Formats: sequence, structure tokens, C-alpha cells
Amino acid sequence: MRKLSRHIYFSFTLITLSFFLLSASAIAASAPPVEGARLPDVHLKVPDNPDDQRYLGLTGKVSFQIPQVRARVVIIEIFSMYCPYCQREAPKINELYQDIENNEALRGKIKLIGIGAGNSAFEVAVFRDKYKVPFPLLPDEDFSLHKCFGETRTPYFIAIRIHDDGSHKVIYSKLGGIGEAKQFLKQMSKLSGLEAGGSK
Amino acid sequence: MKKVFFFLGVIGLMTFQVSTSNVLGRSEAYKENIYNPGQLKPTDSHLKVKVGDSAPDFTLPAVSGGQVSLSQYRGNKHVVLSFVPAAWTPVCSDQWPGYNIAKDFFEKNNATLLGITVDNIPTLYAWTRQMGKLWFPVLSDFWPHGAVAKKYGILRSDGVTERAIFVIDRDGIIRYIDVHDINKRPRLENLVEELKKLNR
Repeated sequence: MRKLSRHIYFSFTLITLSFFLLSASAIAASAPPVEGARLPDVHLKVPDNPDDQRYLGLTGKVSFQIPQVRARVVIIEIFSMYCPYCQREAPKINELYQDIENNEALRGKIKLIGIGAGNSAFEVAVFRDKYKVPFPLLPDEDFSLHKCFGETRTPYFIAIRIHDDGSHKVIYSKLGGIGEAKQFLKQMSKLSGLEAGGSK
Repeated sequence: MKKVFFFLGVIGLMTFQVSTSNVLGRSEAYKENIYNPGQLKPTDSHLKVKVGDSAPDFTLPAVSGGQVSLSQYRGNKHVVLSFVPAAWTPVCSDQWPGYNIAKDFFEKNNATLLGITVDNIPTLYAWTRQMGKLWFPVLSDFWPHGAVAKKYGILRSDGVTERAIFVIDRDGIIRYIDVHDINKRPRLENLVEELKKLNR
């Protein structure tokens, strides 16, 4: 009898423990990054295109984490080639890229990357060609990155501020489009402190 | 020992629940209007046609008005039939918008696309308007309910169709069939590969 109750006790503990572990992972996967927090630790494959590698400052690397991108601010767009909202938004994000590149104070400091949730390399390329996207778009064929970023709907934008010591924090995390590109860039400059010549 | 199996089973079930959370169909274009049917039986019908068969002809009403017959393309264009299970559901809502920016692949290979569901015209009208302007006809196989889907053998037991692709050459012969797992979106590159084969 004592043996049986020990069994029950052990099994109960096991179930409770696994339940908590599983719910923790479920919560981690169901919440996008929060402003002020760090990004989840995710490793991405460095794009094959040499222009993309140069833009991200990742030449010679195989995989990377987003805070390793050579920039002060990285704006991440979680999109899908299949998402009509992302399609409509594409010209605006291109405009944002051009505004950054045309601004001497911000060029090289703010970089953009797109993550194609559930998109194969082929599908990402279709989106890139259709909208002539000038910044790196990374495939996420099995949704693994999308899961790490909280299975957000698309488009979803996250911006991080990278500090000199390599640490970083999320300064923006929102569902939906960016609105007017110039206004969004102003907001990014302000949130990151780049415009005011804040900590570099 | 039985208990161990039981508890392992419980844990396995919980893991399954976590890993099958729905990550598709997330375009913000549809706001909160997408109904999530959850995980469904991958396929639930018996094909009545096979590659090499003459494709059964049909005439269906189009959302844009008028009627479209398969036979009207005979001798002129290859036709891709894309059946999707239902309007306002996750995977379907993010399938045709992808085809909408892949028009070039169809044109280059002298093919056209017909999108078909068993929904009625008003539903299809409201739903496809969220996708932007579609370049291909969307047809309603609503009445007699699913009659065309039935001819092809892809009407599921609950009255919706499979997520199925049929590639029919300009002579009306079926050259490719993909009755896909209803829970997953077919890769665009597979379809493009089949389109290229038609002109080799």
C-alpha cells in the first residue's frame, strides 16, 4: 500500500512538473518580445547573398544572432509572402530603407531585416523580386523563428537597440504596419536615442 | 508499468497540444475575422481522377460575375485548379494572396489559375476583397453543393473540399495532382516546377 502511494505521489509530481515546464514553453512561444526586454536567443543562417552579408556586417559567418548585426538599431519585420497586408506594406518598408540610406546620420546605424514566417527560400525570393526589396529577407520555412518570436500575426515589427558592449534591448514591438515611413523613422530615432546623439 | 505508460501518454498528449498550436493564416489584413478550425484530419476523401485522365469539365459562377468553364481554355492555356477548403479559415486565407504575386510564373508557362471553394458568392466576395485585387477567377462550387469537388473526388465528409491542386494541360489532360494535408500550405516552388514541366 505504501509502495502504491509512493507511486501515486511520484507520478503526481511528474505530471505537475511536466505541466509547468510545458506551459512555460507554451507561454514563451505565445508572447512576442516585450519592449525593454531582450530578444529570445535565436540563431539565424547568414544569407548567401554577399550584398546582404556586407549590409549586416556578417561576412565570413555561417550563423548569427540578431544583436550581432553591425548596427545600433535593427528593425525586424516578420512577414509572409502570402500575407496581403505585408504585400501592401512592402513599398513603405522600401521607402523606410531608402530614407535611412539617404540620411547620413542614420546610414549604417539602422538596419532592416525581414523574416518570412513559414516561407521557403523560393517564396521569400518571389516576394523580394516582386517588390524589389533592397534589404535582407530570411526564410523561416518550418516556422521555427516565428515560434520563437511568439507566433505573431503579420506584419509584425520589432526594433532593438544594440549597445557598445554588445548587449541590447527591445525598443519597439508591435503588430501591424509602420504607418508613414518618415514618421516611423523619426520614432525609431527617438526611441533609440540616435537622433539626440545619445549613447553610441 | 501500466501507470508509467499512462503518464507518458498524458505527457505526450500535452506536448502534442503545444507543438500543434496554429501558426498559419496570420495576416493582419483579416484582423480578428479568421475562424480557427483547429487541427483537422489531413485528408478525408477518395480521389476519382488520376494523372493522365481527361479532366472532368465543369461550369461554375465566378465572384466577378458570369460563368467560367474549364473547357473554355481547351487548346489555348494550361489550367491550375486550386481548391481550398473554406473562406475565413487560417491556411486558405494565406494561400491565394501568394499566388496573386506569382502571376509571372503562370504567364511565363502559358497557364492560368482558377480558385475554387464550396462557399457561396457573397461569402467569397467579402473574403477575397481582403486579399487585394486578385488576377485570377474565383469560382463558387456552392450549389449543387460541392458538385465539382465530388466529380474530382475531393469533397470531405463534412462538406468542405480538400486543399487540392490539379494541373491540367491545354489538351484537358490532368498532369499533376496534389491533395495536400489540409492543415498545411503547399510550397509554391512545387507548383512552379510542375508548370515548367508542361512546356518542356
